Amino acid sequence: MAYSDKVLDHYTNPRNVGSMDKASPDVGTGLVGAPECGDVMKLQIRVNADSQRIEEAKFKTFGCGSAIASSSLATEWVKGKTIDEALAIKNTDIVRELALPPVKIHCSVLAEDAIRAAIGDWKKKRGVEQAVPVESKAGD
Amino acid sequence: MSTTGTTTGGNGHQDVKLPIYLDNHATTPMDPRVLEEMLPYFCEKFGNAASRNHPFGWAAEEAVEQARERIARLIGATAKEIIFTSGATESNNLAIKGVAEMYSQKGNHVITAVTEHKAVLDTCKRLEKNGCRVTYLPVQADGRIDLDDLKRAIDDKTILVTIMTANNEIGVLQPVEEIGKICKERGVLFHTDAVQGVGKIPVDVNAMNASLLSLTAHKIYGPKGVGALYVRRRNPRVQLSAIIDGGGHERGMRSGTLNVPGIVGFGKACELAMQEMAEESKRLAALRDRLKARLTKDLDEVFVNGSEEHRLPGNLNMSFAYVEGESLLMGINDIAVSSGSACTSATLEPSYVLKALGTGDDLAHSSIRFGIGRFNTQAEVDYAADRLVEVVRRLRELSPLYEMAKEGIDLKKVQWAAEHE
Repeated sequence: MAYSDKVLDHYTNPRNVGSMDKASPDVGTGLVGAPECGDVMKLQIRVNADSQRIEEAKFKTFGCGSAIASSSLATEWVKGKTIDEALAIKNTDIVRELALPPVKIHCSVLAEDAIRAAIGDWKKKRGVEQAVPVESKAGD
Repeated sequence: MSTTGTTTGGNGHQDVKLPIYLDNHATTPMDPRVLEEMLPYFCEKFGNAASRNHPFGWAAEEAVEQARERIARLIGATAKEIIFTSGATESNNLAIKGVAEMYSQKGNHVITAVTEHKAVLDTCKRLEKNGCRVTYLPVQADGRIDLDDLKRAIDDKTILVTIMTANNEIGVLQPVEEIGKICKERGVLFHTDAVQGVGKIPVDVNAMNASLLSLTAHKIYGPKGVGALYVRRRNPRVQLSAIIDGGGHERGMRSGTLNVPGIVGFGKACELAMQEMAEESKRLAALRDRLKARLTKDLDEVFVNGSEEHRLPGNLNMSFAYVEGESLLMGINDIAVSSGSACTSATLEPSYVLKALGTGDDLAHSSIRFGIGRFNTQAEVDYAADRLVEVVRRLRELSPLYEMAKEGIDLKKVQWAAEHE
């Protein structure tokens, strides 16, 4: 399988690898996927409650190169965006940016789910209404 | 893969030419001596071995018969019992379909194992479509079948047991001598796919009471596109229905003009294997053990898949917990190995062989298969070990599972939000 340059770049130089304090009130944590599926992504965001802007994002991923690249890219994109702007990120944007082949589209779906799960977690902590529920997408 | 060239790898690795090939169960480079043996048969001695009336044909036929003899000798058979095919996939098809059709009056039950190569499993599935009954024996955690399961499965309609000698993914050796003995006692034919075993461990069709045996050239430093099927002539004489018609070559069992250069190469590869196997298997086992020792010393939570005792000398199949196989392969992009991860397969299915061991999908996704071969050196193995350790450590830093495990969380108890599949 030939990897796109962007996937290789994210794999070799992943952005924003790490963890934030789960317990902190301004951190939202999304944990999606399952080990049996070969893909688990943890994406965390720190949100400024006043501006609703994502100030920081971190990720960790168990998965193939495309999964790592998708989640790395996701952290890059959400940083600086408001919650609503981040919710507008679609897996197809990730597919396009990374030139993912059809067999790897599900990696981008998981990354989108991870963003939504992190936002949902943050909103829940703050008692805000639920984020748009995480849907299963027929991405393949 | 980076472009070929000699490099002094980091940490003082010298004389390691990249990329390194450690995937010798997938295929092997041809031994230069094999190539040399083949060359005259392309442009000079190019005759059709079936041309009975002129020296071009006679020369080709002579070369084929010499190869036949060399191959037979390697497995303890006689030359008349060797049928040439296009490869082991065809040999497996011929053995299984050929027996099913020929012995259909006697019965329609075939027994095999869940860890067989797809060439056997898919052929059995086709038999099922055509009305046969197939029993797929499970394997134990070490990868071997339970002989009592086999005994219980044989009934009065069983016409064939087909169990491989050595597994291509985990290198595990089945108890073929005991299997052959049971089959002989019960009057059932025994076929074994010996592709990964021939030339690497002693294989003797009489010691294992094999009725049929598949082998191929390209796993033992011979050319691709040529294989053979051993068909027993005595005690008992085995008959087969051909699956390819047209001319009746190979005693009516396999029509088609013989791939003379390929066959010549196959014969030479077998001769070399016979001469060098004892020494080579010791050397490869030592390299394999060295690789394993290095990995288990420098990394925690790594596991060998399948029996360590009953195993091919050059095979190592290991799982590296919390790290996914394809991302690992990407990281060691100057080393050729393969993985049991779903992400590396076109169908996104994890290795069915590892699943059959009860390994668990997460560890199947984290597995790497190393196949050490004739042309690998200690320097290459050391380089591979260093790179593996480096990449596993890096990927574990990226892994949420490793983080959770280090925090003391039991991953088996977590409720995962699996969004797809």
